[in-house]
Amino acid sequence: MKRSLTLPLVAALALTAVAGTAIGDGHSNKALEDAIKARKAQMTLVGYNTGLLGAMAKGETPYDAAAATAAASTLAAVAKLDRSILWLEGSVQGTVEGTRAKADIWTDAAGFEKAAAGLEAASADMVTAAGTDLASLQAQMKALGDSCGTCHKAYRGPKN
Amino acid sequence: MRLFTGLVLAVCAAGLVFWGITTPDRTPPDFAGTSAGDVEAGALVFAAGGCASCHKAPDASAENKLVLAGGHAFPSDFGTFYAPNISPDPQAGIGQWTQDEFAVALTKGVSPEGAHYYPAFPYAAYSKMTAQDVVDLFAYMKTLPTAQTPSRDHDVGFPFSIRRTLGVWKHLFVSDDYHITGTLSPEVERGRYLTEALAHCTECHTERNALGGLNTGRWLAGAPNPSGKGRIPNITPSDLDWSEADLIAYFTSGFTPDYDSAGGEMAEVIENLALLPAEDRAALAAYLQAVPAIP
Repeated sequence: MKRSLTLPLVAALALTAVAGTAIGDGHSNKALEDAIKARKAQMTLVGYNTGLLGAMAKGETPYDAAAATAAASTLAAVAKLDRSILWLEGSVQGTVEGTRAKADIWTDAAGFEKAAAGLEAASADMVTAAGTDLASLQAQMKALGDSCGTCHKAYRGPKN
Repeated sequence: MRLFTGLVLAVCAAGLVFWGITTPDRTPPDFAGTSAGDVEAGALVFAAGGCASCHKAPDASAENKLVLAGGHAFPSDFGTFYAPNISPDPQAGIGQWTQDEFAVALTKGVSPEGAHYYPAFPYAAYSKMTAQDVVDLFAYMKTLPTAQTPSRDHDVGFPFSIRRTLGVWKHLFVSDDYHITGTLSPEVERGRYLTEALAHCTECHTERNALGGLNTGRWLAGAPNPSGKGRIPNITPSDLDWSEADLIAYFTSGFTPDYDSAGGEMAEVIENLALLPAEDRAALAAYLQAVPAIP
């Protein structure tokens, strides 16, 4: 009786371990899910601060140099978060729930790095532009949008 | 015997009608009154038409997006289409085409050899292009770099492999008339020209019937993505409650009102729209606010 229960249990555990490895490319499923949550939080912050700048660019809120600089500085800081702990290999669309990250992020690591550095550069330029005047902020919105689009076009999979 | 004769006559008559309907129309547009091709204006027609998005090489870098070598694959229910080389190369591309041949290809969907093109090429929209825009576009495309890549044959099964049948398709689904009619402001009218003709927004954002014709009753109300993944969104005012300022910002920077960014094919469209004069982006926005809301 004891033996008949143990064997399926061991088999189930072994299968889980194998499946976990296959899914995670070395990282546990929990680690992958946590990394996805963390980088979504990063994107939320990118979106929030870009939204504050965009509302001024569209004329929905009045231009305020101090508030614009605060938003741009936060954006520039968030853009620089260490990618090695956020983009864990295996946290890819189709394998783990809740992400649209394409496998190209890891197969074309140099391209992804370049695209991500594009966001860092565009947000750093936004700090200067946001503190200058509304016209500079508006012009820099396009460069910022381009940097988002470049990365999303190449490395974000379709909605399902 | 009389019955037999009648049957033969009926078959012959049907054959003649089919032949008539499916004969490619090779009449070039009337270029009277147009001025000489303006390369700079043509560059804007080219951007609005999104030509490079489909005709650049599939792996083209940003620097090579004006090398129109073709090769991009378009899967569909009818087979896979491959964008041809439309660079000015005299052998691999369209370097030997006359302006008339170019115009017939673009606005009638008929090759210089007299064959129908498949409507993966959006001539159903380009059919409304003004003669001057055709002239300017032709002049501009002559200035682009050449590519020697040969065009790849489409991978289309029977009966769609018989191009003659496309004549029936055109008869059913291609019209020179605009969808949105009535008295329009000059801005909405310009937006209509951009949306329904040049930028061919309707080609993806309107769903298609079983024969691949646009279901015009659901104009711009969204469609399944032909790639099989995801849905192309409804952009009528019912589903899209974006303000005109939101739309203009989106066409300029790619930012949605939630500050997500355009992705997939739309990211390429934004790159093109961002090249147009600001008034054109405002006109597009005005048109999208004016179309009927479809849930």
